This record gives sequence, structure tokens and C-alpha cells, in this order.
Amino acid sequence: MGLINKESVKKKMGSRVAANGFAKFLFILATSFSLIVLGVLIYRILVEGLPYLSLDFITNFASRMPERAGIWAALVGTIWIMAVTAPVSFILGVGTAIYLEEYAKKNAFTKFVQVNIANLAGVPSIVFGLLGLTIFVRLAGLGSSVLAGGLTMSLLILPVIVVASQEAIRTVPREIREASFGMGATKWQTIRRIVFPAALPGILTGTILALSRAVGETAPLLVLGALAYVAFVPENLLSQFTVLPIQLYNWTSRPQEDFHMLAASGIIILLIILLIMNSIAVYIRNKFHKRF
Amino acid sequence: MSRDKTNQKSIRDMIQENKSSNNQSAVMEKVVPKIFLICAVISIFTTIGIVFTLLTETFTFFNRISIVEFFTNTRWFPFTSDENADFGILALVMGTLTVTAIAMIVAIPVGLAAAIYLSEYASAKTRKFIKPILEVLAGIPTIVYGFFALTFVTPLLDKIIPGGISIFNALSPGIVVGIMIIPMIASLSEDAMNAVPNSMREGAMALGATRFEVAMKVVLPAALSGVIASFVLGISRAIGETMIVTIAGGSRPTADINVTESIQTMTAYIVQVSQGDTGYGTTIYYSIYAVGMTLFVFTLIMNLLAQFISRKFREEY
Amino acid sequence: MDITINNQLVQKGKEKQDEFTPVFNINNLNLWYGQDHALKDIKFDIPEKQVTAIIGPSGCGKSTFIKTLNRMVEMVPIVRMSGEIVYREKNIFDPKYGVEELRTQVGMVFQKPNPFPKSIYDNVAYGPRIHGIKNKKVLDEVVEKSLRGAAIWDEVKDRLNENAYGLSGGQQQRLCIARCLAIEPDVILMDEPTSALDPISTLKVEELVQELKKDYSIVIVTHNMQQAARISDRTAFFLNGEVVEYTDTSTLFSNPSDKRTEDYITGRFG
Repeated sequence: MGLINKESVKKKMGSRVAANGFAKFLFILATSFSLIVLGVLIYRILVEGLPYLSLDFITNFASRMPERAGIWAALVGTIWIMAVTAPVSFILGVGTAIYLEEYAKKNAFTKFVQVNIANLAGVPSIVFGLLGLTIFVRLAGLGSSVLAGGLTMSLLILPVIVVASQEAIRTVPREIREASFGMGATKWQTIRRIVFPAALPGILTGTILALSRAVGETAPLLVLGALAYVAFVPENLLSQFTVLPIQLYNWTSRPQEDFHMLAASGIIILLIILLIMNSIAVYIRNKFHKRF
Repeated sequence: MSRDKTNQKSIRDMIQENKSSNNQSAVMEKVVPKIFLICAVISIFTTIGIVFTLLTETFTFFNRISIVEFFTNTRWFPFTSDENADFGILALVMGTLTVTAIAMIVAIPVGLAAAIYLSEYASAKTRKFIKPILEVLAGIPTIVYGFFALTFVTPLLDKIIPGGISIFNALSPGIVVGIMIIPMIASLSEDAMNAVPNSMREGAMALGATRFEVAMKVVLPAALSGVIASFVLGISRAIGETMIVTIAGGSRPTADINVTESIQTMTAYIVQVSQGDTGYGTTIYYSIYAVGMTLFVFTLIMNLLAQFISRKFREEY
Repeated sequence: MDITINNQLVQKGKEKQDEFTPVFNINNLNLWYGQDHALKDIKFDIPEKQVTAIIGPSGCGKSTFIKTLNRMVEMVPIVRMSGEIVYREKNIFDPKYGVEELRTQVGMVFQKPNPFPKSIYDNVAYGPRIHGIKNKKVLDEVVEKSLRGAAIWDEVKDRLNENAYGLSGGQQQRLCIARCLAIEPDVILMDEPTSALDPISTLKVEELVQELKKDYSIVIVTHNMQQAARISDRTAFFLNGEVVEYTDTSTLFSNPSDKRTEDYITGRFG
């Protein structure tokens, strides 16, 4: 005399299992969707971009004639921007992370800094462009220069580097810090000689990933007034510049099909750069994974 | 041992000698934390800088254009003589919201389904294969997505949709922004589901529940706050997205939305102005800050909401 | 400085006088973790160049106590203390007496082997280096001497530049002892140094302790009574944050004066 009708449970079982099978099919379909999109995207870019891809394409300046156009100025501009952004964001980001993890007391100020960084990470990149335009370009009088662009980019990726560095520092076990203090090392000695080297692989991985994001960013530099058509490479930090994504934007927004193909060629170069940066980051991450 | 003994004294003495002559390290101990504090304070100054910049320039803008017009006028038509110009943010906001809505229609079901698959069905091997691909998708620059929207998705839609579609429209960038956000929703939702302890799954499975039932009735409800927070963060990303909508959305601000027609988002307007030859100090120049301010407030609310949801409703397992 | 003082230890039922040169005099030491009174009125002296064992059930405060001796306990933010600990006639809580200086004199070996993620050589050279010794020849000498002192030289001499994480647990612990020896401390504190080791490694460390007491004063916390009996000269029995009994090891184990000590060493609790 069970309260449960076993017959009906059995009857329903079939449809429940079928529902599970159907749902699984849908879930796989959704997951594959991303893979398919990635495949199509890369296929399209290769088809459109390979014809114009050549050594000349890399070493030529922009030109009105598609067959003569190249990305040299943009490529060099991107490297210039990175030369400013990488050291500035690394020093500020790691410094902030060390402060928060090692020195900061658990008080309202520290919490405020932490919340502030989380929120900065969610601010749209174009808003950083407006910040850079007002502060660096106009107030500081740097103009639409490499320095203004690089500093703006540094602030943009700062939260990413801070969070990644904090995580890396947190993985350094308490035990080895204690070992260092136990030998009479001061706090700074312990941080410099033990904590920082141990956290460095994680910090570098995070920094490289953040920089690869900066390499692909367009909007903030557009707002800063980076040039779209450049036939020279920057000579110093106060030179005007363009970067790869802006060059690609310029070509994409032209109606002629030939320029779209140029954009695709440039995208191939951009993706190769990002692929290299990401591979380095993954290599560092895997090589030094779980040492503790 | 006796040989060591003599040596031993010397090391101890050397350390003592160094100690007394080492004032430099004491200075470092005091100075270094201050240097790091300055680094940390710069992040605060960045926020202050953003708010200050947007506020002051927006204030100047509202000295010229009434705040009432800004929020109630449904037309945005700045590139004309000053007396004929319209500055009704609603037209741009509608453009942004349309693209965001389309993006979320794509990203939420696909991202959530992928998260459920990865967390509840996929073997460790499959996960190891798929997660890096999602990471790659998340790392593709938006300029590339923009190119993809304009040169592939729009022509494709033009063939599919009866009656065709404009070269610039809301649908194509909306879909592509959605694709861009899928990895974010998938990985954040998966994290939330992974945090659900296995004992809860096993309990349901032992009663004869199918994986699907476990996923929908046990895991998803338990992970709901994290999942919803991921949606909200996705919305925030979509609102702030710039290049895809600039390239494929066009530059026709309108409050009457037709997804097959050209629109303009807040972000696209800012790019349009900074690409033009608008002089410093004109009303149009200040207008990008008013638009930027609106954009900033929108995304800030979304980010705070996401934080609130994931903190307030965090499950205690 | 050869001052021998009479150390009075008043114990239940009997009065006992010991004569030794103390390195530490602990007077009325109290310690709280927040509201939790973890050490109560600790009062005893630790002798020079002997092995002093601290035993007691888990949670009795023995680990906390040893960490007060080099002030490592202060790394827990909610700790409060009162009383005094005198090391070689200096109060270690005196603000003028730097914590780094104290820890240079009073080294520590931890419960879990905790080598730095660096080469074996760099691990041992770490201490001398942070204290300003840069001369490569001196460092080479110190590294060899310390590794020999910790009875691990023969096992690692051909791979000094390899990462210390490649060593076995027992080797790592002896490396940590070598690292400690490199700055030639006066006292070595050992916090259950063999609890994470296999029996053979444990034996090696115990033999090493016997060897080291010729040159160093050693305080060792152990949860293992046999170990205390094997290697120590004096033993303190802690219970609920109090010192129940403190005397020379043979007396404590053969003829304990306190009922609780007897219960503990005969295995009735703990």
C-alpha cells in the first residue's frame, strides 16, 4: 500500500529521460555555437585577408591605393603605446596589489580602494578615452601624443593587473613568509626576496593578458584624437600616432571592398600578435603552475 | 667542530657589524609602504578624475542646453546650426538599449546553456577543450567583431530577412555584441554552478533525478544569484560596447526603433564626434561628456547591481 | 657572560632546585587571542645549550608559547600579551629591541617544511644575504657548513642549484634546519619539526637535534612524548595554557609530581 503509484512513476520515466536527452542536445548545440562562430570568423578573415598579406603590407605606410597600403605606422604606433603602457601599468598595478595584500590594514579605506578597483574594471573603455582627453591631452597639454595614449591605456588596464597580481600574491603560502620573518628578515626584505619572486609568474601572466587587451583596444585612443591616417612613425613620446586597431577601423569604415580586404589582412596580423602574447602568458602559467 | 667554532663567531659578528651600519634598510622599511600607498591612491584618483571630468564638462553642456530638453526631447540632431540642434539623449539611449536587448537575447540563452553543459554534462576532457576556445573568443578585439558584423553578419541577414536589411542596422551589431558576451556569461555562470557542492547533486541523483532535472531544479536555483549577476554584468558590457556598434550600427540616432534600420548608440556618438573636426569648446564637444556621463551612470548602476546581487543572495553551502 | 642563578620551581608537594645558565626567563606571561585566554601566567626559565621539550595535548598552548619566544605569534592580528620574556637579560618586548634582531638570535624551524621556492643554495644563503653578507666566498663557506651541520650536505652537494621543492619532505626539513643554522643563531626553536615526516626522516632529525645542542640552545615542541623522552634534557608539560610541570626529562617521565602529568604520560588523555 505505497503512497506512490509505482506504475505512473515508471510511465513518466521514459519521458523524463527523453527530456534529459533533448536538453543535453540543446546544451551541446549552444556550446558548439561559439565554436562554429569562431571557426566562421577565422575562416572569413583568412579568405578576405590572405590575398593582401605580404611583407610589403607590413612595411608600407597607409595609402589611398589599396595595393600600396600597409600597416607600418600603425604597428610601430602600437609598439610605442605598449612601451609606455607596459611599465606604467605594471608598476602601478603591482604596487597597488602589494599595498593591498601586504601593507594595508583591514579598514574602511582599504575596502574603499578594493571596491573602487572593482568598479573601475567595469567602466566602459570609451569613458577612459574621455578621461584621457580631458586630463592628459588638454589639462596636461600632452596633445594627442603617444604619452597621452599610453597613460590612458595604463589606467584602463590597471584594475586587471591589480586583481591578477593580488591573486598571485595570495597564492604565496603563509609558511614561507613566516620562514623569512623567522630568520629576522624585515617586511620589505620578505616581500622583495620571497613574496614578489614567488608571485611573479602569476603577475606576469595577468599583465601580459591585460596588455593584450590594450593592444586590441580602439575606442579610448579614437576619443583621445589618435590619427586615422598616418604616413609617419612616432619619433618621441610627444609624437602623434595611430595604432593597429584604429588603422583597421579606418579601413573597415570605407565602402570599397578592397579596403575591407586590407582590414582583414591587418586583423590577421593583430590576431597573430595577440596569439603570441597569449601563448607566452599560458606558457608562463603552465610552467610555474602549482608549485606550492 | 672546533674549526667550525672559530668560523661561527665570525658569521655572527659579521651580521652584528652589518646590523649596526645598516640604517639604509630602516629607511626603506618606512619609505616603501608609502610608495605603494601612492600607487593604490592613483586608482582612486582615476575614479575621481573620471567623475570630475564628466561632471564639469557636463555642467558646461547643461549651461547651454537645458537638462529638461536633454532628458525629454526624443530627437538627437546636433550637427546643424545651434538654434536648430536637438539634444535629446533618449534617441541615443534607445539605440543603446535596442542593441543591448538583442545582445542579451543571444547571449543569455546560449551562454547559460553552455555553462550548464560545461558544469553538469561535459567530461573533464571536453571542458579542457572548450574552455580555452571560450577564452579565445573573449580575447578577440572588438574591432574584429565589428568587421565581422559589417562584412559577414549583415550580408547574411540581408539574405535571410524578407525585404532585406540596411547596411547599417541594429540587428547585426546586436547579435555580434551578444556573441562577444557569450564567453563572459558562460564562464561566470559556470563558476557559480561549480560552487554548488556535489553533495547537493548526489542527493538529487540518488532519488532518481535525471541530469537535466538536477541542473534545472537543484544546481540552477542554488547558483541563481551568481548566474543573474553574470547577466547584469553582460548588460553592462553591452551598454559600454563601442566599436561593433560604431562600425555596423550606423549613425542615425532615433527613438523609433526598427532593428533593420540604422541607429546610433551613446558610444557610437562619442566616436563620431571625436572622429569629426568638432572644435574644442563647441556645444557638440561638451555633448560627448554629457553622453559619456549618461553612459557611465548606466554601467555603474549595472555593476553595483551585479555586486549587490552576488553579495546579497550569496548561498551559504 | 656566565651567570648561574638559582632557579626556584615551586611544585605541588615538593621543592626542587636546578642550576643552569638560562637563555630565556619567562615571567608571568599571559596571552589572549581575542577573548580566548591561551597562555596563563607562564613562568619558567629555559637553559642554555640543552634541549627543552614542550609537551601537551593539542590546543594546550605549546605552539603558541614557542612562537612568543621569537615574537612570531604577533603575526596573528588579534593577539594581546602581558608579562615579560627576558632573553639574555633583554626584555624582548622592549620597543628598542627590534624584532628582526631577536629573530636573528632566535631561529625557528617550523612544523611543515617550508623551504623557499629557490635553489638549495639560495635557501641556505638567504639568511646571511638579508643580513648584508654578500661575499661569494663567505656565502659558499656558510652554505657548506650549514648543510653539513644539518646532516644533509652529502645528499645535496651535487645539486645545490636545483630547486628545493625537488627534495623529499625529510630532506626539506633538514634544509630548513640548515637555513636556520646559516645565520648562527643562539637559540633554535622547533615547532613540531617531525610531525610531517616519515619515521626514518624523524630519526635523522632527532639525531641532528642531539648533535646541535652542543652549540645551540634548543626548544622543541612535540606532540610525541617518546620523542621528548628520547631527545630532551628538560621537559615542560602544558595543559590548557598553563605549565603544569617543568623539570628534567627523566624525572618528569619516571616520577611526575602532578596527577595530570601522570595521566597524560600514561596515555589516559590527550
